[in-house]
Amino acid sequence: MSSEHDTTETLDVKGQSCPMPVVKTKQAIDDLETGAVLEVVATDSGSMSDIQGWADGTAGVELLEQVEGDDTYTHYVKKTS
Amino acid sequence: MSTDTPTASSDEFDPAELEALRERVAELEESVAETADDGGQKMTIVATKGTLDMAYPPLILASTAAAFDWEVVVFHTFWGLDILHEEHSKNLKLSAVGNPNMPMPNAVAALPGMDAMATKMMRKRIDDNDTATIEELVDLALDQGVDLQACQMTVELMDYDEDDFYDEVTTGVGAATALQHMAESDVQLLV
Repeated sequence: MSSEHDTTETLDVKGQSCPMPVVKTKQAIDDLETGAVLEVVATDSGSMSDIQGWADGTAGVELLEQVEGDDTYTHYVKKTS
Repeated sequence: MSTDTPTASSDEFDPAELEALRERVAELEESVAETADDGGQKMTIVATKGTLDMAYPPLILASTAAAFDWEVVVFHTFWGLDILHEEHSKNLKLSAVGNPNMPMPNAVAALPGMDAMATKMMRKRIDDNDTATIEELVDLALDQGVDLQACQMTVELMDYDEDDFYDEVTTGVGAATALQHMAESDVQLLV
């Protein structure tokens, strides 16, 4: 799970399924300052498509990277505004 | 075929008319800009079912849409009211009858206790998979500002009381309110 992103905070949604990874990511992003990077660690394989779809459809966030591990899916989301 | 148009007036246009047109254009540009600013998506869901399986889709879609910053209204009517009913929402049931995917014939599924068994099996799966409960999803949706509405006509029909519902549920609304939201929405769903 190593990454070159300068992560501000990590959100652990391991074990949680749809819609929680997206909804909790949104809530965590809301609490961060502009420019911050949120690391989201999930075990829900659907989160790969869902977080990407959410980031594409939501203003003020940018999906920097998604890393597929052995049984985790890690997402790096930047708050851009 | 002549393409001649009456050009006589174009040479001598009226400055007052031109000014009026300029004002009108500015007005229209402003109104277009306002509409664009209002660019957030809207969704209206009508939730009519209160079985355990049918309670999930409206709540999951609503809370996800709210995460997209969409403005969301869920209008609950008939059995859909049970999703908003604080007590009933914790005990929604699954029907064993009428679902050909159940691992038993309908004649057996109709026997006493079969609905309870099907519900128990589903609850165990929900638990094992760490799927959110209906209660959690209702709280989550309300937390995110989803407008959960209870249709007044069916509230009375089912003999429910306003106090039966979760605190932030909107009551005292009817079909006209629902239609108004639907007309303004980008996405409308009936569940």
